[in-house]
Amino acid sequence: MEIIKDTNIDFMRAKKISFSISAFLAVAGIVTLALIFTGRGNLGVDFAGGTSVQVKFEKPFKVDTLRKALGDAGFVDANIQDFVAQNVALIKVGLKSGKGEMVADAISDVVRSTFQDNGFEVQAATEIGPAIGAKLRRDALIAVVISTIGIILYIAWRFEFKFGVAAAIATFHDVLAVLFIMTILGREVNLLLVTALLTLAGYSLTDTVVVFDRIRENLRGRKGKTFSEITNRSINDVLKRSIITSLTTFIAVMSILVLGGEVIRDFALALAMGVIIGTYSSVFLASPLVVIWRGDKITQVRK
Amino acid sequence: MKRSILWRAMLVGLLTVLGVFLLVPSVTTYVPASLKEKIGKINLGLDLQGGIFLRLQVELDKAVENTISRYSDDAKTSLREKGIPVLSVRRVHGASYQIVIPPGEFIERARTALEQRFGNLEIEVGEIREDMATLILSMRDSEVSFIKNNAVKQAVETIRNRIDQFGVREPQIVSEGEERIVVQLPGIKEKQRAVDIVGKTALLEFKLVDSEHSLDDALSGSVPENSQILYQKSVDRNSGVVSKNAILLFRRTLLTGDHIKTARVSFDNRTGAPYVSLSFDSIGAKIFDRVTGENVKRRLAIVLDDTVYSAPVIQERISGGEAQITGSFTTDEASDLALVLRAGSLPAPVTIIQNVSIGPSLGRDSIDKGVRASIIGLILVVVFMVVYYRLSGLIANLALFLNLIYLLAVMAVLEATLTLPGIAGIILTIGMAVDANVLIFERIREELRLEKTVRASIDAGYDKALFTIIDSHITTLITAAVLFQFGTGPIKGFAVTLSLGVLINLFTSLVCTKVIFDYVNFKQPMKTLSI
Repeated sequence: MEIIKDTNIDFMRAKKISFSISAFLAVAGIVTLALIFTGRGNLGVDFAGGTSVQVKFEKPFKVDTLRKALGDAGFVDANIQDFVAQNVALIKVGLKSGKGEMVADAISDVVRSTFQDNGFEVQAATEIGPAIGAKLRRDALIAVVISTIGIILYIAWRFEFKFGVAAAIATFHDVLAVLFIMTILGREVNLLLVTALLTLAGYSLTDTVVVFDRIRENLRGRKGKTFSEITNRSINDVLKRSIITSLTTFIAVMSILVLGGEVIRDFALALAMGVIIGTYSSVFLASPLVVIWRGDKITQVRK
Repeated sequence: MKRSILWRAMLVGLLTVLGVFLLVPSVTTYVPASLKEKIGKINLGLDLQGGIFLRLQVELDKAVENTISRYSDDAKTSLREKGIPVLSVRRVHGASYQIVIPPGEFIERARTALEQRFGNLEIEVGEIREDMATLILSMRDSEVSFIKNNAVKQAVETIRNRIDQFGVREPQIVSEGEERIVVQLPGIKEKQRAVDIVGKTALLEFKLVDSEHSLDDALSGSVPENSQILYQKSVDRNSGVVSKNAILLFRRTLLTGDHIKTARVSFDNRTGAPYVSLSFDSIGAKIFDRVTGENVKRRLAIVLDDTVYSAPVIQERISGGEAQITGSFTTDEASDLALVLRAGSLPAPVTIIQNVSIGPSLGRDSIDKGVRASIIGLILVVVFMVVYYRLSGLIANLALFLNLIYLLAVMAVLEATLTLPGIAGIILTIGMAVDANVLIFERIREELRLEKTVRASIDAGYDKALFTIIDSHITTLITAAVLFQFGTGPIKGFAVTLSLGVLINLFTSLVCTKVIFDYVNFKQPMKTLSI
């Protein structure tokens, strides 16, 4: 069975549109990143420090009652996320509300006395001090920087420097775009999201590398044509593979998204977007970037 | 040709049998314990089975400070024994102390005495004035770093000891970096108790109550040089009100918890109130005997982590090495206290900087959902491959299946921890495995379209896809390796499954599937290929 026959689409012509879309996504992503670093992003407890408590009630509960009770108990900055269908409330308070240790216990005491006729269970509690929050933030940043350098070096070694940089730009673009969309959707930035971002970086890179590989191969085989024609041909050559792989990965990720439960829903959502954007960027961003930078002259790329 | 196929087929077969064998302890409990021990099994992360995760920071400077202050006490005593008067002792900074003595002949005598006694310290003569001279005792950098390293090691050891006695199955207690300890207690629900047991310094000291000086004067600011103010806390069991009483104590520690042989809970015959009874080892008993003999009618305070528990009057010399700690305990509190005293004190105080607890129901819920989602995802992908690539898709699926077996087997051998992101990592591995096969199959289709023979097309397909597959796997591996290095907890689990999966995938997608194609082709050269 074949979904698509041989194609001969002129991807290079779409440069203007795709570059505009990508520029918008990247800039929006950088703005989001800046907001996060200045402390105005929706940082999770892992990075900002503080306490989060996930409570599951036996019966439906009123969020307003909970919010008022927490406010009265001194947790003025409490942030409550409710999953109505499951009778679950996720309560987060920042470091400022930390009156000594065991904030989580204080919160569950408030819940107990507020909802006396509604049994509940503390499903998860996390308390993170300021030092560790900063450490985790720093580690995440270091991880992103080091993997980027590693990837540029590897691709520069396997192909040439310009390919490496183009791949890195495309990858960064994907990470920023997903970060931006997740923030727009009101999801919090936590360790799990950073993991998802790095994973999709790896995925989008795989896609880019596959296209680059084909460009290199076609450079050897097809003489007398311009570089942009060769690039276009290469994208068309691997298009079937790109679509099928994206499709299967997407199927797998969607099954986690739909069935995997609360804990990894955001993770799966970020990956699902990463699959789409990663495929898009390898076709419409990474290769056109190399074409523009390299010009149309045909020189051999390292084997 | 024939031989090469045979070798590869044998390798794949052997690895598969080995993989299945290694997985046995992970999936069934009906295995002899000795075998389980040797093979190891996949652990479930806290996010999958519930439990408590604590990250502690060891206050290393405090450990260094404690050591140097002990040295300076020793120094003072040994100088006085040699007839050298000591005017004052004070800490200069972190790892050095200043001892002030009268000038003149005392300087050289003191220096020689200290050098003989403390070969490990640097002893310098500092400022000399008409009325006094200072000697500076400082710890060498090598010893400071030894103490720091050792403090973390010792703390890990002590915590492990306590947790063992508390009875937690499969706890994980490891040091992280130079000053942190991560404690994972699967299945534990009583968070507060676990935190107390892990985090209590449990430094037990016996000190005399200073009744020579006025407590009121001390409270108003003029604490005598050799004394200190500590507090005794008492809780009213009925009202829950906590009251604090100040007590003036001599700084000098007469006996520490290091000499405890056993500690257990006993109950008062009359009131039924629990208390902790201690018995000392032979050295401790001797010291206790002497201390109580010399101080009859004075009050001896029992101090735990700078809080006074009780300060009874010594009625008579106590021989036999038994003592009691009374206080308003619940039975749990008393038995936990006995436990930490038995297991020994931490070499330095610790602070809890991260504290995560996950209820067992959430864990069970997560694993059910995670596993179900993965299986359904896997089935969908498998079905897709067969529909799209027919018989070749079936071969790819076989490789996928082998990939899973190998991955889980390696995880079992490494005793890796399976976390929720780890399950996601497995799913991504499946994605990569499919990708490798798609790359190969698309290439084979291209070659077939050029009307090459089936065998030539297969060979060319594998050849041409080889470097693409290697490149894409290595870039993923770079990300995974970095995640492993900098990630914590569940993310580390994710990185482990992903990098193992990627490595294994190189083998299954390039060797396992090829050997099947080669074998079929060898039996009877194929005219057409179902792809």
